Amino acid sequence: MADVRLPRSLIALFPDAPRRLEADGATVQELIDDLDRHVPGLRNRLVDAGPAIRTHINVFVAGERATLSTPIPDGAVIHIIPAVSGG
Amino acid sequence: MAQRNVLLVGTRKGLFVLDGDGDRRSWKVRGPLCDGWPIHDTATDPASGAILAAGGSPWYGPAVWRSDDLGETWTHSSEGLTYGDDGPKIATAWNITRGTDALYAGVQPAGLFRSTDDGTTWSHVEGLTNHPTRPDWQPGAGGLCLHSIVPHPTDAKRMWVGISAVGAFETTDGGQTWETRNKGVRADFYPDKYPEFGQCVHKLVMAADGGTHLYQQNHCGVYRSSDGGRQWEEITTGLPSQFGFPMVVHPRDPQTVWTIPLNGDDRGRYMPDASAAVWRTHDAGDTWVRSGDGLPQEEAYLGVLREAMATDRNDPVGVYFGTSTGQLYGSVDEGRSWSLVADNLPAIWSVEAVSLA
Repeated sequence: MADVRLPRSLIALFPDAPRRLEADGATVQELIDDLDRHVPGLRNRLVDAGPAIRTHINVFVAGERATLSTPIPDGAVIHIIPAVSGG
Repeated sequence: MAQRNVLLVGTRKGLFVLDGDGDRRSWKVRGPLCDGWPIHDTATDPASGAILAAGGSPWYGPAVWRSDDLGETWTHSSEGLTYGDDGPKIATAWNITRGTDALYAGVQPAGLFRSTDDGTTWSHVEGLTNHPTRPDWQPGAGGLCLHSIVPHPTDAKRMWVGISAVGAFETTDGGQTWETRNKGVRADFYPDKYPEFGQCVHKLVMAADGGTHLYQQNHCGVYRSSDGGRQWEEITTGLPSQFGFPMVVHPRDPQTVWTIPLNGDDRGRYMPDASAAVWRTHDAGDTWVRSGDGLPQEEAYLGVLREAMATDRNDPVGVYFGTSTGQLYGSVDEGRSWSLVADNLPAIWSVEAVSLA
């Protein structure tokens, strides 16, 4: 089980979603699938065709930038953070 | 019960809803809605009053937003709005249009999607993507986008779409197969000025009588067709420029059309001589009339994008347009005179006018 922190701008899209929650998965992809079960529709906001994490979304596993295939150690802290971009 | 006039204004930084009074003289601005997402187009369900807004976030991808309470609360979905994991990534939705049988969305890179559950889930209309010309489609300056969706008013199997910079297509079998509809339309930027496809259609619209009378504002002129786009006739003569983006039709008179010429693709793309004007025809493009009454006539470096003009269904018809610098103008006398409706909005990408009971 991982400890997942979601960004404010993502939470705003899902009014019932918590800012912090626990989710399960051996990889980031499985973790996002589990998050989607908790918050239906969330996967589409984070994952693009490929599949791949969306270009301007960063997922950090225990502080290291991850891809969908990155393994998740039990108890890891997962930060999902939008890239600093825009205008 | 008094009629309620509403303007839906999609901008680079969210949707704005303008609530108007009965005579369309006073407007109250609400927004930004849709969490500040860029919104390219809106549609409404006349039966339920639901608002649908199509756009895309640079971070979170494309989505269609839905509100059943005139913008107070929203849901969003992009379920099925994908070419699949092996296909290109969809950046944003450019158009949302209600057909007779379903809701349709046009996206970038260009493709058409259909929803039969009011925008909750989407399916790819593969027939258009499978068109044999698809490998040779080239983007316009705004990207390779499907920006115009024109359903036939009674035949659910018949529809036209406009894609930049590819041109117009028609299906008569519900989207399974498509044919190009660009004959007679110039493409000045190619050695062959009249190719089968590659024309830069900027906006494709259907005349009020429905069926087969179409108009288009193109990168290279303004055109009309009386046979569903099989043959186009140029009607640019009388306008100050062949270049512009939006085009709207009168809801009842098939020969009345409005357009906003800009000074040219290589001259800054603002209104000619920096003097703001909307042009209209009452004879299907044989002649054109300029109206700048109420609009700034000096130092007005205004641009108007393809979806940023709309008509309402009142009598007289209201006409509205938004600029890429955030001004929204309206006319309650069918485009003869104008007044400022709202200022200092973000860059305006779409305008929709709705009258509710």
